[in-house]
Amino acid sequence: MSLNIIVLAKQVPDTRNVGKDAMKEDGTINRAALPAIFNPEDLNALEQALRLKDANPGSTVTLLTMGLPRASEIIREAIFRGADAGIVLTDRALGGADTLATSYSLAQAVKKFGNYDIILGGRQAIDGDTAQVGPQIAEKLGIPQVTYAEEILDLKDGFVTVKRRLENGVETVKAPLPCVVTVNGSAAECRPRNAKRLMKYKRAVSPSEKAKLTPEQQAWIDARPYLNLQEWGAAFVEADPEQIGLPGSPTKVKAIENVVFTAKESRRLDNDDAQIEELVKELITNHTIG
Amino acid sequence: MANFYTDNPDLKLHLSHPLMQKIVELKERNFTEAEKYDYAPLNYEDAIDNYDKVLEIVGDLCGTTIADNAESVDHQGPHVEKGRVIYADGTQTNLEACRKAGLMGMAMPRRFGGLNFPITPYIMAADIVSRADTGFENLWGLQDCAETLYEFGNDDQRERFIPRVCAGETMSMDLTEPDAGSDLQSVMLKATEQPDGTWRLNGVKRFITNGDSDIHLVLARSEDGTKDGRGLSMFIYDKRDGGVDVRRIENKMGIKGSPTCELTYKNAKAELCGSRRLGLIKYVMALMNGARLGIAAQSVGVSEIAYREALAYARERKQFGKAIIEFPAVFEMLSVMKAKLDASRALLYETARYVDMYKVYEDIARERSLTAEERAEMKKYNRLADACTPLVKGLASEYCNQNAYDCIQIHGGSGFMKDYACERVYRDARITSIYEGTTQLQVVAAIRHVTTGTYRQLMDLYAEMEVSEELMPVKEQLLKLMELYSAAVAKVNEAADPQYTDFMARRLVEMAGNIIMTWLLVTDASRYGSASMAKSAKVYGKMAQAEVEKHSDFIANFAPDQVEIYKEA
Repeated sequence: MSLNIIVLAKQVPDTRNVGKDAMKEDGTINRAALPAIFNPEDLNALEQALRLKDANPGSTVTLLTMGLPRASEIIREAIFRGADAGIVLTDRALGGADTLATSYSLAQAVKKFGNYDIILGGRQAIDGDTAQVGPQIAEKLGIPQVTYAEEILDLKDGFVTVKRRLENGVETVKAPLPCVVTVNGSAAECRPRNAKRLMKYKRAVSPSEKAKLTPEQQAWIDARPYLNLQEWGAAFVEADPEQIGLPGSPTKVKAIENVVFTAKESRRLDNDDAQIEELVKELITNHTIG
Repeated sequence: MANFYTDNPDLKLHLSHPLMQKIVELKERNFTEAEKYDYAPLNYEDAIDNYDKVLEIVGDLCGTTIADNAESVDHQGPHVEKGRVIYADGTQTNLEACRKAGLMGMAMPRRFGGLNFPITPYIMAADIVSRADTGFENLWGLQDCAETLYEFGNDDQRERFIPRVCAGETMSMDLTEPDAGSDLQSVMLKATEQPDGTWRLNGVKRFITNGDSDIHLVLARSEDGTKDGRGLSMFIYDKRDGGVDVRRIENKMGIKGSPTCELTYKNAKAELCGSRRLGLIKYVMALMNGARLGIAAQSVGVSEIAYREALAYARERKQFGKAIIEFPAVFEMLSVMKAKLDASRALLYETARYVDMYKVYEDIARERSLTAEERAEMKKYNRLADACTPLVKGLASEYCNQNAYDCIQIHGGSGFMKDYACERVYRDARITSIYEGTTQLQVVAAIRHVTTGTYRQLMDLYAEMEVSEELMPVKEQLLKLMELYSAAVAKVNEAADPQYTDFMARRLVEMAGNIIMTWLLVTDASRYGSASMAKSAKVYGKMAQAEVEKHSDFIANFAPDQVEIYKEA
């Protein structure tokens, strides 16, 4: 059975290697100081998608990402690792979106894409850490969602069986297709870039990148259709201007505070069960733990 | 996320060596394959960009998966179940990742599914893999055997076996036997021809790296009643046919992830590769030369990790109120480690380029006859490769052992504990100066290039090259050392006493190596404008001067008959 698989991915600033200049004085991210990378859990999702493709010959994996035109970088990255194609949803009108507007925009793109069997994405992106976009897309498309997936165990007869990694253990669930599955960082690591695919696809470009090339280079790309990545705008996916970008984002940032935890309050306990129990109770009461 | 290629900017500099252009143009037959293969390069710059980007994949895989698994692989190791090798879990993960990344059969032609890379970028990859996990480099590096299969197998064998290697099946070279180690002429494994033209193998092999591989190249005695190397032929054994079992895996000191097997052949079906009787004298010699270059790369990888582990510790460890790297005794050790590392690498890549040059002509000669000029070039580079291969194998492996020793020394008492990587590095390093020919045998192979003048010619060639102002003093000093070297060679040659020559061989070969490596550091540093290489050129130059003068002095004050003093009883 061949599947049409969509992988949702995001290009994010590498917040795992934060230097001193990572944040501007106003508390917003200094994107210039942080390298843009493939959101790590989206790579876990891509691996699950590629495994489905391996198990179901003839399947296609399409990466869908919303962001700046340069997000085509992660499309190439995904293709080097085994994805078949990619779409960058990019438009000035989409800028400044919160999770609600983002999920609306991506859901519109998925509808435009049409025939799909399963949508995979990372649990959350390391820049926002909301874990909301995947589930919201499922809601907007009116299809089931499975979150915190660690492994897709099986996909057949219109159902997918997924192992979920939860706080206190694992859970195996079955959902009808099509559905959205968001994948945890504890899932299998993504396979590496493949040497031949890299050499074949390294010149793949989006329309906006192609526009910057010489006419000869453009003609060379045109002769090789597989090197053309897609770029979709808000109008193309028939998005309602009121529901996208800033206008479509009810989330308003009031202020950003730089919180530094310090170990000001320390308390010495003796090696004594009663004292420890008392402390645990206190911590539960003030909601520090539990 | 560490990347073992991009965190070492000197590696990329080596890709731009002037000889690379010629190698690439010949290897790519003027880029005619781009019409046929969508991943073939369009021109020289494109090819170099491909090597660079693929090495980045290698560096990524090595800096994450393979390096992360190194410790668990060392602890778990492989084991035998019902005559089959089961790799450590980490090894299996590593192999699968290399397959997925398409890093098997890198140097094989595209028509067999390979990447058609020259030897040089392949050797750079081997250097990087070894830094991540030295034992894993053996398994991955045995793809080298495909080169021998390509060179000496027939078309049918190439088409059947090489695509399998490129798809990720592993190889082994089954040479050593209990009574045939360094002396391979004594190989006894019996090969018997069948009426259908296939052969049956019977006997035992020992110390076979990755002995349960998918495709084996086997050295066996095909000529009944013979006793020397001329009765040996090379065979291909396909594991799918069965008949070879693993009796046991050796319990080794290092490279524990790499299974070293004792094999029993019970009427194992095999096919002849190449012509009868040429097994040892031609094919295994070619196989060994490739393998020696591989071990040199493995050694450079060991030197690299030893240096890095030592440097990190010396910066972090504080004693007497400061980091220990502040103390002259420690920073000298570290600089010398780095100099030995850079010197080994410079000679390794130089040798790889020489190998590339003659092999690419050999390959073109399979398609058309070479012009007289091309034949002369092939001969020249073949001789340089033959001269440099034992030199780099011998010296780089000795240096990596010295670096591993110093790495532990810098860690002090902590280095003696199992808590740091340096103890694994120390154990892994030890084999490099033993297998594929001990250092002593490398000297045997190298000495004729001392006596016939190949090394001196190479030095003269380097002396013609441009040197930056900064490194002129090192050049001046090298010119003086070359005189000392030539005087020592002349003295030994004049004595015309084979025992005396053998006795002095190590010293002469080391002198040649010291001088050639300094030249390479000086010319590389000048060409690439690399500050770190220039520093290594100066540090290594100091060491080379002391070493060459020491040997020169020893030889000058040593009469041939004094060898007798050293004889036992």
